[in-house]
Amino acid sequence: MMTRLSNAQIAWRAAQDIDDGAYVNLGIGFPEMVARFQPEGRQAVFHTENGILGFGEAPKPGEEDWDLINAGKKAVTIKPGTAFFHHADSFAMVRGGHLDVAILGAYQVAQNGDLANWSTGPKGVPAVGGAMDLVHGAKRVAVLTDHTTKDGKPKLVDRCTLPLTGVGCVTRIYTSLAVVDIEAGCFVLREKLAALSFDELQSLTGAPLHIDGAVTDLIAPEV
Amino acid sequence: MDKRIADLAEAVADITDNATVMIGGFGGSGAPIELIHALIDRYLATGSPKNLTVINNNAGNGHVGIAAMIEQGMVAKMVCSFPRSADPRVFTERYLAGEIALELVPQGTLAERIRAGGAGIPAFYTPTGFGTDLAQGKPVAEFDGRSYVQERWLKADYALIKAETGDHLGNLTYRMAARNFAPLMAMAAARTIVQVSRVVEPGGIDPEAVVTPGIFVDAVVAVPNPAQEEDLNRANAAHPEVTA
Repeated sequence: MMTRLSNAQIAWRAAQDIDDGAYVNLGIGFPEMVARFQPEGRQAVFHTENGILGFGEAPKPGEEDWDLINAGKKAVTIKPGTAFFHHADSFAMVRGGHLDVAILGAYQVAQNGDLANWSTGPKGVPAVGGAMDLVHGAKRVAVLTDHTTKDGKPKLVDRCTLPLTGVGCVTRIYTSLAVVDIEAGCFVLREKLAALSFDELQSLTGAPLHIDGAVTDLIAPEV
Repeated sequence: MDKRIADLAEAVADITDNATVMIGGFGGSGAPIELIHALIDRYLATGSPKNLTVINNNAGNGHVGIAAMIEQGMVAKMVCSFPRSADPRVFTERYLAGEIALELVPQGTLAERIRAGGAGIPAFYTPTGFGTDLAQGKPVAEFDGRSYVQERWLKADYALIKAETGDHLGNLTYRMAARNFAPLMAMAAARTIVQVSRVVEPGGIDPEAVVTPGIFVDAVVAVPNPAQEEDLNRANAAHPEVTA
């Protein structure tokens, strides 16, 4: 039985592609882990929708200041160089093409770059937050996800069947099995776990995987 | 000119039934808890204001602030981006029972609609939401080969916001990320009511440091040590307090 990457390992792999000094927004939850795995010597500047650029790590329990939170409503800290701004400026940074990378979770990603990550259907209370804004404007929109759903269905699909967050917006997908780019409406395989054959990976993917150049081994340390 | 108002009850005394009210804050950060609770107290005493449309990023958390307004039955409609929280039960139950309406707006579009309302821009085009359920029925147009959705301005009868320092003229500074929607809402409401931790004389705020100029502000009321929604919720607080 081949071992898939853990969420932390997927986040680690995504962090390796973030340049020093990049302006980065990390989606709530799983993508937030990317901040922990910045390579030595590189420091990204993290943006949060509620109006902070360059915030620091979580404070110690008991030292929270509730005027200083991130988009997930968790306490953060300031550090030298932190800036505050209002919500319209914050989303000007997003839509205006000023962020280098936005990293989001996904329910489904289609081969044309469509993303579904905000709603699993009409039941319950709908909530979108900043997801529909974040997929537009950042120079790279990357997705972190397990390669399949809990019951084994592909999350990389021909067409999204769940409500869309954005059309043709995703540029790279980091999964528990592979790294896949989206180019000209196709999934292009860049990296896969060495223990997994191309055919096995294809059988877990809902649309054709294309090969354009070398496919390298997807390797992540225990983290 | 002096925009100071002596107490919270007086600050919220003229808010009418059926009004549209923008309320500052992102979750608890920047939530004007004392102004909201003063409005609830007035409703409990007089039956007014009711049937309100409330514009905020969220839809309340726990049993204080906006959640308490909803719990008391003052709110007919929420306009927000994320009606979920650590404890969203008050909104969720009423929404699922069909007792409160919801207009769901992507967060950046919500901010920009409010900004546009305050800036005299009736509509604008944004890439956000194009091709999604939240753009249904809205005009779309292509600019330089990309598709955009038309969104309309958002204005309000009142804004209730929290700031850090305010002078007699209504010039404001904020505290850290608590500013979020407040500077936009101050522009977009016909009457903007601000609770500030500290009131200073004109000249007490460096003009370079003013975030919201006083032209956007109508009333300033001092609340020296404002409550944090998060602290109230961690203490299982409710408004009004539940007496055993």
